[in-house]
Order: sequence, then structure tokens, then C-alpha cells
Amino acid sequence: MCNNCAETSKYWDAFEEILADYTGDRSQLIPLLQKLQDVYGYLPKDVIARLSERTGIFVSQIMGVATFYAQFRLEPVGKHVVKICFGTACHVIGAENIADAICRELGIELGGTTEDRLFTVESVACIGCCSLAPVITIGEETHGRLTPDTARAAIRAFRERAVTA
Amino acid sequence: MKKIIIGLGSCGIAAGGLKVKETLQHLADDANLGITVGETGCMGMCYAEPMVEVVDDGGQSTIYGGVDEARAAEIFNHHVIGGTPLTEAAADADFLARQVRIVLERCGAIDPESIDDALGMDAYVGLEKALKTMTPQAVIDEVTASGIKGRGGAGFPTGLKWKFAAGYEAEQKYIICNADEGDPGAFMDRSILEGDPHSVIEGLIIGGYAIGATKGYIYARAEYPIAIRRLKIAIEQAEARGFLGENIFGSGFDFRLTIKEGAGAFVCGEETALIESIEGSRGMPRIRPPFPAERGLFDKPSNINNVETLANIGWIIRKGADAFAALGTDESNGTKVFALAGKVNRGGLVEIPIGMTIREVVDDIGGGTKGGKALKAVQMGGPSGGCIPAELMDTVIDYKPLAETGAIMGSGGMIVMDEDNCMVDIARYFLQFTQSESCGKCTFCKIGTKRMLETLERITQGEGADGDVEKLEKLADQIKTNALCGLGQTAPNPVLTTIQYFRDEYDAHIRDKKCPTKQCKALIRFDILPDKCVGCTICAKKCPVHAISGKVKELHVIDHDTCTKCGICKDVCKFDAVVVE
Repeated sequence: MCNNCAETSKYWDAFEEILADYTGDRSQLIPLLQKLQDVYGYLPKDVIARLSERTGIFVSQIMGVATFYAQFRLEPVGKHVVKICFGTACHVIGAENIADAICRELGIELGGTTEDRLFTVESVACIGCCSLAPVITIGEETHGRLTPDTARAAIRAFRERAVTA
Repeated sequence: MKKIIIGLGSCGIAAGGLKVKETLQHLADDANLGITVGETGCMGMCYAEPMVEVVDDGGQSTIYGGVDEARAAEIFNHHVIGGTPLTEAAADADFLARQVRIVLERCGAIDPESIDDALGMDAYVGLEKALKTMTPQAVIDEVTASGIKGRGGAGFPTGLKWKFAAGYEAEQKYIICNADEGDPGAFMDRSILEGDPHSVIEGLIIGGYAIGATKGYIYARAEYPIAIRRLKIAIEQAEARGFLGENIFGSGFDFRLTIKEGAGAFVCGEETALIESIEGSRGMPRIRPPFPAERGLFDKPSNINNVETLANIGWIIRKGADAFAALGTDESNGTKVFALAGKVNRGGLVEIPIGMTIREVVDDIGGGTKGGKALKAVQMGGPSGGCIPAELMDTVIDYKPLAETGAIMGSGGMIVMDEDNCMVDIARYFLQFTQSESCGKCTFCKIGTKRMLETLERITQGEGADGDVEKLEKLADQIKTNALCGLGQTAPNPVLTTIQYFRDEYDAHIRDKKCPTKQCKALIRFDILPDKCVGCTICAKKCPVHAISGKVKELHVIDHDTCTKCGICKDVCKFDAVVVE
């Protein structure tokens, strides 16, 4: 039981640390949600509930903000997020085929997470590296001038490194 | 002392610039000759990334493009150590020859994380001049005289905007930089922020002084982590030097600057939605009036300018309105930065005097279309703009002539499309974007764009009906007239321009159930020609869904139920045996 207590308290330590900067200013809501998501990987229900208690902002209002912006997630994601750029330049050069190849390689749909929770695949409106189209990011890495083949190879290489690391 | 500089904007990093820098750093350390290895922001030549600049003892600079680790070692041994610049593959001078750099003058020339580099190229000189020698009114007059218009897209005169904000009395006013660059296919603002963050900070402080704002915000897209990091560093450095904070240059003027990270909503590029977002709410536009100049952020008078607009201000104050007005056309002064991309040979960041033609940008700077394919259209203004057809390539790049084509100047996205691109698909693509980014506040945008998208989807799937185009035009007209904000009011533009210039493509989809460019997957089918297939098996090996069967040296066949129409088989076939109909 004590282990659980320790884990529970650890779970909330990060929350407390983030909330320590809260001064009662409503305009801090989005930065707070961003920091919480950084720590928890997404916005868990219990975190939103406690955030509401502590700030006095209704859960419905917090959810209104959290669902409005593309950045916020209400479900856990894989360890590494693969973002496939669907900007105009990428679209005209074949982003769809890249997405297809990656989803097939990982055996999931766009927006899904692999069973081993290693990868989540998302589409993004534009990464802003249009001259290197088509572009994807895997975690912090950016890969450009892709073909379906090189996109698959990039995912495979990343997985190998992630598994051996 | 020799210097090696690596271009490390987002594009440079994406192309492998960090590894190149590491290699060169190792070589320089081993050589132990006092050779410095530094970095800079976007040099503009994204097509040639990663890029390396070698500055010789005499200050002579050579720029190399397409540098990988092996090439870096070669450059180091031959040029840096051996003293002989490599002649081949040095970056293309044509790309830069016709550009004029005001906004980008320091981009790619300085280390963006070094304020000393920026100061060495006259950063904050305009600020010092404004605060020490000019009244706020004189600053507004100078900006007005320069004739600069908002570079975010709408083209409202900046001087007039500042005059409005200055005209309201309040205890607290705000100046905000809109760095929520959301147009897909646009990266001008990102490159400016990554390459020369001080230019934007200087513009904000001068603007704050002019309108009487002591607090500023930069609302930056969260998808631009490098830009945000460099901005934070630049703000700290500017604070340490006293350019931000209290009593700047002993003038008695105080100014503080805060970065707000956006959370991913295209509509927040709209002024009042951006304000709502800074206040911590859903980014939904407000009804105007009151305009932000009267009641904006926290209900106080506020002024919002785009990144590129602000990056011009320091230059205008430093060099004077006349120098700025000397560039451009009779109607619009200065330069405009474009993000040139798509099916073009030399894509990148381009700054030109207003008044060049689209053709000059695509051909002279961009080196024409890729692979010698015929140019079909140039998309300008992103989801709010339109597709300008090949026959109008001599249109002058200026606010009014572009608006007359049905497109807009926009924030600077310029995507080149060739004969292979389907214009109906492009219209569908942009509408899908605006539809999913519609905030849902007003009916015309929320439901109108949805109905338009459904119609376009039907057309691209071969289920279009007679009268669909007329329905699209009618809806477009209603949305343009009645939507609450710029997002909705401009959302139909990509559809209207493609109908105007490429009506035959719509008709082919609707009447003949054919996609003339063979892009719309529901309307095409891949087959292998028996008389050309030699049974080399490469298509079967490369097919990602194993839809191709056949033995070595025998005819291969595509199973149409399994085929996803990705086109890889056609790309890899060396015998032109794969056809698409």
C-alpha cells in the first residue's frame, strides 16, 4: 500500500509544482494546460477535476478550452508521436501516400497508437518546412524529401533505436 | 581567422544540418587552428539545405549547398585547410540576384542567438533613434509616410492602425505580435523569428512607444519550437542590454514583453480570436466594433501586427520613410517575403520588391517548374487565397492586381502547381482545412463550409451532379457576405478561383466522371500493359499492399480490389508498362 501512496503523491507532486505559479489569473489557463500535458502526456480526467477545484474555473470551461485547441489530448498517446505534415506543399507532392505507407507499416489508422504504445500517428496542418516536402516528424526528429519507401525506413530505424535504447 | 557557418533554421535542421555541424566542429577542433564553427538562421535557399558558408581570412564568403557529412569533410580539407574553394555545387547566385532584403537582411547572416551579431548589423539602431530623437507622433508619421501595409494578408496601412490605437486614452495599452502563422504552405514568419528574432522585438518596442503601450505580447504558434526558443533567448539578451525593461535608452519609456504559446487553432490568426486566446478562452472571434484599438486585450486599447510588418519597422525608422517608399509600386511600398514551394526547382524564402510579376518569381528566382513539367497555377494566400492560372503569370505582385485575379497577396505562401495537380482536389483540400478549423460561432461558416466540402467530396469521388458548380457558387457568395470573420469570409476563395479558371476540370469530374490529371483516386485505375511488361517483378516487390501478382518473366496483374492506387508501381516500372486510366 505504501508503494501506492508514494506513487500517488509523486503523481500529484508535478501538479502542485505547476500550480505553484498560478496567481488566480484566468489567462494562465492555456499555459497551465500546456505544462500539465507536458508532464502527463495528455490531460487525464482527475487532473482536470483537480485543476478546476484549485482554480475555480468550471470543468466545463476547462473542457471547452481543451477541446478547442488541436494541441490538447484527452487520451494517452504513444511514447513517440509521428506527425505527418498535410500542408499545401506536402499535399501537392504526395503526403497522402506517405501517410498510407506509415500507417501500413505500423498497422494503425491515422490518429491511432500502436499496441506497444511506442508510436502515435497524427496529421498536422503544416510544419513549415515546405521546401523539403513531403515532411514528417518522429518525436523531435524531422525527416524531409520523403518517398513512401524512405518514410517506412525512417520509422523502422527509429523503432530499432528506440527498442535498443 | 577562418569561419564556418552552418544554416540551422528548421529546414536546415530537418535536412540534417546538425550532423554537418557536428562533423565540421570535430574537424575544426582536431585541426586546432582557431577556426570557428558557428550557426545562423534560414539563408532562404531551403532547396539547397543543408548549407555551409565558409568565410576566408580576407572576409571572402563561399556558400555551399546540399552538404552532407562526406561533403563537409571535403569542404573542410580542400577549402578551409587547403585554401582552394570547391568550384562545383556552390549555391546558386540566380536565386538571390533579384531579391531585395530588408526584412531578411540579417537572416542567414547572423547567429540568431547572439545579440552582438545582431547589433553588428544595426539592430536596435531604429529603436534608439525613435526613443532619443522622435516623439511618438513623429514615429507614427514616419511609419505612415513609409506607406507600409500589414503583411499578414489584409494589407491595412500600419501607420493608420497605430494612429487609431494611439488615439485612445487608457492606463494600460497593449501591442501584440501575431506570430500564429497558420496558413499551410507558409513559413515566412517562422524563418524571420528563427533567423532574426531581434527585428521583431525592436518593431514591437517602437510600436509600443508610438501608441503608448508598455506591455507587449508575442502570440507564437506552438508548432514552432525553435522560433520560440530563439525568441526567449533574444528577449533575455535584450533585457540584459536594457532594450527591454525600464527607462529604455534613458528615455523614461518602459516596455515589457511576454511570449504566449498558441495551442493549435488556425482561427487564432484572426485578431479578436487571438485576443480571446491570450485571455485563456476558446479562440472565437468577437463581433466588431468595438475594434481592438478601442477595446482589445483585457478590454484595453490594443494593436496587433504581423511578424513581417514588425520586422520592417526598425529598418524604416533607421533608414527613413523615403528609402522604404523608394521600393515597390505607386500603390504599395517596400518588399514582401514569400515562401516559395511546391513543384518548383528552387524553393525557399524569397524577399522581393513589391511590383515584380509572378512569372519573374517562379522562373528567375525559383528556376521554373520541377522536371520540366508545364506550370498550371500558382496558389497565393493559402486557404484565404486562390489559384492563379498559368496565363496570368504576368500579374504584378501587389495587393490590388492580385485581388483582381480572385486571389490575395496573403501572408506570403506561394505554391507552384504543375500539370499533374488536380484543381478540384486543391479546392477540396483547402476547404477541408478551413472547414475543420472553423470555430463554429457563425452559421454561414460552420454549416456553409461543411455543405461546400460535402459537394466537393462528391465531385472528386465521381458522384457529382449537374448544377453542383452553381450550388457551390451560390453558397460561396452567401458565406463571403455573411461570415463573422476573415476565416469564413475568405474560405470560398480557393473554390471560386478554381471554378473561374478551371471550370473544364469540374465538368470532367461531374459529367464524364474523369479526373483529367488522374489524381482523384475514386476516378482512376492502374493496369499493366501485356505488350510492355517483361515480368521483372519490381512492381510486385514494391507494392505496399501486395496487390500485384505474377511470376518472373511473365505478365504481372493488378488486383483492383486490393489496389490503393498509390502509384508506386507506375513510378518504379522501367518499361512504362503501368498505365493509369
